[in-house]
Formats: sequence, C-alpha cells, structure tokens
Amino acid sequence: MPLLPTLAQQRHPLAPGAAQRARLAEVPVGRRFEEALAGHGLWPLHATGIGVLQVNLGKRCNQACHHCHVDAGPARTEVMAPDTVDACLRVLAEHAIPVLDITGGAPELHPDFRRLVTTARGLGRRVIDRCNLTITQLPNYRYLPAFLAEHGVEVVASLPYYQARETDRQRGEGVFADSIAALQDLNAVGYGQPGSGLILNLVTNPVGAFLPPEQGAAEAEWKARLREEHGIVFTQLFTITNMPISRFLEHLEARGQTAAYLDRLVRAYNPAAAASVMCRDTLSVAWDGTLFDCDFNQMLDLPVDPTRPQTIHAFEAAALAGRPIVVGPHCFGCTAGAGSSCGGALAS
Amino acid sequence: MPDHEHYYHAPDLARFAELGKGSPELWEKFSAWYGAVFAPGALSAREKALIALAVAHAVQCPYCIDAYSTDCLEKGSNEAQMTEAVHVAAAIRGGASLVHGVQMRNHLERLGM
Repeated sequence: MPLLPTLAQQRHPLAPGAAQRARLAEVPVGRRFEEALAGHGLWPLHATGIGVLQVNLGKRCNQACHHCHVDAGPARTEVMAPDTVDACLRVLAEHAIPVLDITGGAPELHPDFRRLVTTARGLGRRVIDRCNLTITQLPNYRYLPAFLAEHGVEVVASLPYYQARETDRQRGEGVFADSIAALQDLNAVGYGQPGSGLILNLVTNPVGAFLPPEQGAAEAEWKARLREEHGIVFTQLFTITNMPISRFLEHLEARGQTAAYLDRLVRAYNPAAAASVMCRDTLSVAWDGTLFDCDFNQMLDLPVDPTRPQTIHAFEAAALAGRPIVVGPHCFGCTAGAGSSCGGALAS
Repeated sequence: MPDHEHYYHAPDLARFAELGKGSPELWEKFSAWYGAVFAPGALSAREKALIALAVAHAVQCPYCIDAYSTDCLEKGSNEAQMTEAVHVAAAIRGGASLVHGVQMRNHLERLGM
C-alpha cells in the first residue's frame, strides 16, 4: 500500500500552521481555553521551569500516519542542522535540565542522532527516544535496539492498538507486524524486562475521533494481550489524545467532525489535568532551532511568548523558565478527560 | 426539512438534561442513580459500557447507540468486541421471539387432535 501523501506534498490548504489556527478559530467551542483556565485561577498560565528539553530533529519519517500532528513522511526534507544540534547540546551542558526528549519525524533517521544521544548521556542526562518502532526494522537501523540499550536510553514507542487491524488502519498496512517484531527485538536486548533498568513505554492514541481509555485499565489489558499473543513485555502504557491539528484536523474536516470533536474536548475539560500540562515543564525546539512551548504549538507555528528568546541559539534559562505559555483552542486536547501529554495521562 | 419533523434528531441528545425542567427532583435522582450504575463496581466501566451498547440495540435507541458506541471506544473496546456485544443483543431478541414458538406449539396442542 502506498504511503499517505503529506499535507505539504498535496499543497493542502491546511498544511501551514497559520491555516490550521485560522480554521480552529472559526469553530464555535462555547468557551476559550483562557476562560477555562481562569475559572480555577490558572490564567495566565506560566511555565514552572525547564525539566525537559524536547528536541524535534525534523519531519522526515519512514511512515506517514493518518493522525500525525507533524505531517511527517519520507518526502519531508526539514531536518535539524548540525550547528542547531550543537546549540541544543550546549544548552544541556550549561544548564541543569535533567531530560532530553528526542522526537521527530523518526528522529533516528537524523545523521546526528547518535551524537546527540551519546553526548547527552555523557552529560548524565536522562534521554528519551520517541520511536515509531518500524524504523528498527529497516536494514540500516537494525543497530538501534543494541545502541539504545548500551546508552540506557528510555524508549517511548508508538503503538495505537494491540491488534493489527486498528494499528494498520492508522499507521499503514504492515506497520503492526513490523512493530511487533521491533518490540520483540527491544525485549531481546532487555527493554521492558523487569530488573533490566531499560524502560520501554508504549504510547497509544485513539484510532478515531474519540478520547483515549483510562490509562491504568488499558495498560493491564495491553500487558496481558501483548504477552499472551506475542510474548512482549513493556514498562508502562501512555494514553495520548489526538490533537485537532495537521493531518488529524484534515481527517476531521473531511468527515465534517471538527466541531463535534472540539466540543468533545471542551466538554471533557479537567482542571486537574490543566494544572499539570506538560508545557509548564517542557521547552520544545524545532528543526530550525525555534523555541516553542510544546510540539503541538510548533506545528501550528506558535513560538514562545515574543518577549522571550526565540531560538535555541539565544537560550536564556531565566527568561524562559517562567515564561507565559501561548495557548489556543487545540490546548483543550491536553486537558480533556484524564489529560494528555508526552508522558501519558495527567490526572486520574 | 425542519428539525421538528424528525422523530429522532441527533443534537437532541445534548438536550437530555432539559428533562430536569419538568421535574428537577426526579431528574436529579435519575442522574445520581445513572452515574452510580455506570461507576466501576463488580463489573468494570468497560464491561458496563458494552452491556449498555447491547441494550441500546435491543431497545433500538439511536441516541444510546451513538453515546455508547463512543463510550465503548473511550473505555478501550474495539470494533470486534462491540460487534459481538450487538450480536448478543440480537441473539436474545431473536431467541426471545423464537422461544414463543413453544407457546404456539402449546396452543396447537390444545386445538389439535
């Protein structure tokens, strides 16, 4: 089956972040995100520090998934330049930011991926690789499980469902089989095995326009099914809500479901989740070095507050640590139900 | 066609709470009971959602079918599991009709020779 063309390839009207923001702004949602936050004293929302430097190495990916908020794919050419990788490493070396969270696209495709990992680990930083799993099955990338294990990298792997039908529907035909093979390879080098210290977390997002299930209950079922059917073990399951941006927004638009989905997110607003949103502790770096409050704002071209440094090359910890967070209607995606973040649910 | 000419109108589901206007006390009692029924207990919330989906088909309530199709997905059920639940409802409905055939046979025995 051919890969889904990216919005950028199609020159789709929703490809630019500004066009997505304009569309979301048109949808009547009952109340603004700022009003929801103000309702329990959280507005204006400020960052509480920088615990995570999340580096998006670019939009290249060997997959093209229906829900992808990055609009990533094999034809994308945007990748981080070496001097920007250097700047990220310099920031890590000079500041006590405990976590480097590497994402993409498929970040492992980047020629500096290994340098980024080994240098950050050498600095004593916790390193997370957001892995699409199938990359490890490509001939040039079979080294990855052993490499990641050698350097104690935490793997956060995408798998929408524990069955082929749902997974392939979202991520492409054959993706489930390759993902299972990848998980078995990761298990074989110790990932997810009790006592190994090698963390293998799975990320699931709904295969459609609905909220994810309760994380704890889903994790128990996933662990049982993946172990029984494929002999796979993993550490934790993270449930993540689909963001109404980029390809998932296009999916909603094509079905006339944008307003209903946003309404679902707004109605499920959870103040407890809002207090813990990941942008308060994360600084997101784009492939071109621009700074954002999160990866979603990155895709919507919503950089950090204009009074703060705008690129990783101009990083100033004091100015960025307590910055006001830039919000929009898409933020209801992180506060719906049990909440959603790169680390899964935010509230019980 | 104006909305009032439909017996069923999807946006009416969101207006369900308007029933409280006629009798707030009864509505509050119903809401509290309904919430308690679907809370996790001896059965999980996921199992209860699947039962609700099956019953929704048995009573043929389009509002309930929409609501509990979404709820089942959001409780982690998949299409195959939901379809099996609907078959359970259909089997009971079909079986309930068929078992009345015994009543028919009883009647035939009374009337026959």
